[in-house]
Amino acid sequence: MPDMNSLAHPQQHQFNPYTENGGTILAIAGEDFTVIAGDTRQSEGYSIQTRYAPKVFRLTDKAVLAVNGFAADGNMFVKKVRQRLEWYRHAHAKDMPLRAIARLIQTMLYARRFFPFYVYNILGGIEEDGSGAVYSFDPVGSYEREACRAAGAAQSLVQPFLDNQIYFKNQTPAQDTSHPVHLPLHSVLALVIDSFTGATERHIEVGDGLEMYVVLARGNPALQSLQDLPGAEEVTGTQAEERVFVIRRDLKKD
Amino acid sequence: MATSSVYTPAGFNFSNQIRNTFLQERGVPLPKATSTGTTIVGCLFKDGVVLGADTRATEGDIVADKNCEKIHYITDSIRCCGAGTAADTEFTTALISSNMELHGLSTGRKPQVVTAMTMLKQMLFRYQGHVGAALVLGGVDATGPQLFTIHPHGSTDKLPYVTMGSGSLAAMAVFESGWQPNMTRDDALNLVKAAVAAGIFNDLGSGSNIDACIITATHTEMLRNVETPNERVQKERRYVFRRGTTAWKTESVRKLIVNEETTIIGGDAMDTS
Repeated sequence: MPDMNSLAHPQQHQFNPYTENGGTILAIAGEDFTVIAGDTRQSEGYSIQTRYAPKVFRLTDKAVLAVNGFAADGNMFVKKVRQRLEWYRHAHAKDMPLRAIARLIQTMLYARRFFPFYVYNILGGIEEDGSGAVYSFDPVGSYEREACRAAGAAQSLVQPFLDNQIYFKNQTPAQDTSHPVHLPLHSVLALVIDSFTGATERHIEVGDGLEMYVVLARGNPALQSLQDLPGAEEVTGTQAEERVFVIRRDLKKD
Repeated sequence: MATSSVYTPAGFNFSNQIRNTFLQERGVPLPKATSTGTTIVGCLFKDGVVLGADTRATEGDIVADKNCEKIHYITDSIRCCGAGTAADTEFTTALISSNMELHGLSTGRKPQVVTAMTMLKQMLFRYQGHVGAALVLGGVDATGPQLFTIHPHGSTDKLPYVTMGSGSLAAMAVFESGWQPNMTRDDALNLVKAAVAAGIFNDLGSGSNIDACIITATHTEMLRNVETPNERVQKERRYVFRRGTTAWKTESVRKLIVNEETTIIGGDAMDTS
């Protein structure tokens, strides 16, 4: 209720170009693979704009980018990154290495320091040495290489779960044993699915669909099992040694 | 010397009002109440009224309760759906339910729905919208089936089909395309279910299950979870932790029996031969 005090002050109105479109993304790096996932709901306030708006994009055969936050900025940012990667291909006749893409994204984000892209980026893929890698960014370009990261609306629900299940935080190992440093692909996929079904239960902006990209390093023994997995679709672009798959799942729609 | 009073006045306590307004002006955020950002509906049919509600309660963008009850009891043949601040809908309906019981006892008649509506609107108007209850009130009395909506500031509507809460637009779209006068009980129930389902799937503030309540002159049927279209899916992994997973810094074990004394009562020992 407006009282006399607040009405006495001068009121200023400004156009706000940003909005928040909900949803959550997450990426987990394995020893020789990376999983990058996101839900497909796009919302504004209490309304669903669409039940299928991809937030995860294949950049090259060894790099996948997930964007979350302001959807318009996210789509524009992916478009601009892809354009820069194409220019690189034309200049150097090869795909840009993952760590170079990460640094490129940093400079592109910081270039807009005072009118930022309102997006949290998570870049996943395979490094030149064949290891799985995840890079996570803030909207103005601060980044870090990690083994796992969740971002977006349900970050506060998913990240603690990942810390416990991936990094084994707050879990003391049994006598004379130690926790594994890297989990196998089937465990990681199960954790990703459970993260999203869990977030869907308790967060109103998460749901509708789940898209999981799997990037396999050259000669990954999990290749056969992934090719046999029902619903897994190969989206590898060229005859590269890295292989990219996408797995789609339904999430609750309420 | 003034004696300190042991008398506590009835009703709301406003003693922190000035302090809290001061804190709010200094930028201290006030605690957020659980809101049932809701889909609630009501619909008249041939011989009664059907009320419907979803079962999601939210705190901001987090789901606080996946299966709460939003159809509240007023009298045997009057029910009230609540949207808005969960505590306000619960306490206002409980208070009016209590007063309706007393009113029925003092008049010796079955109370009318308008009576409940008037009591609710007078209370909500008195609190100038600070009691954040948006209600759908329905029932059957001596004057026939009745259906009302009551807004938080105290205004009311009397309509053949109504919706409220954040899912009200989705639900009203269904009513506008499917409602007909003098529907059968089954048709009315199906329409109410479709209206609440529209809220559940298209409004983020609504979700989980459908509750319905069919009130006729002779019978009130509360259909709790009449439809459950959002069952939890099977988890991929089982999350069981080995005993000893949680670390501890110190361990101390205390005997619960500090001192034990045995007194034998009676003379002869038991014959165990």
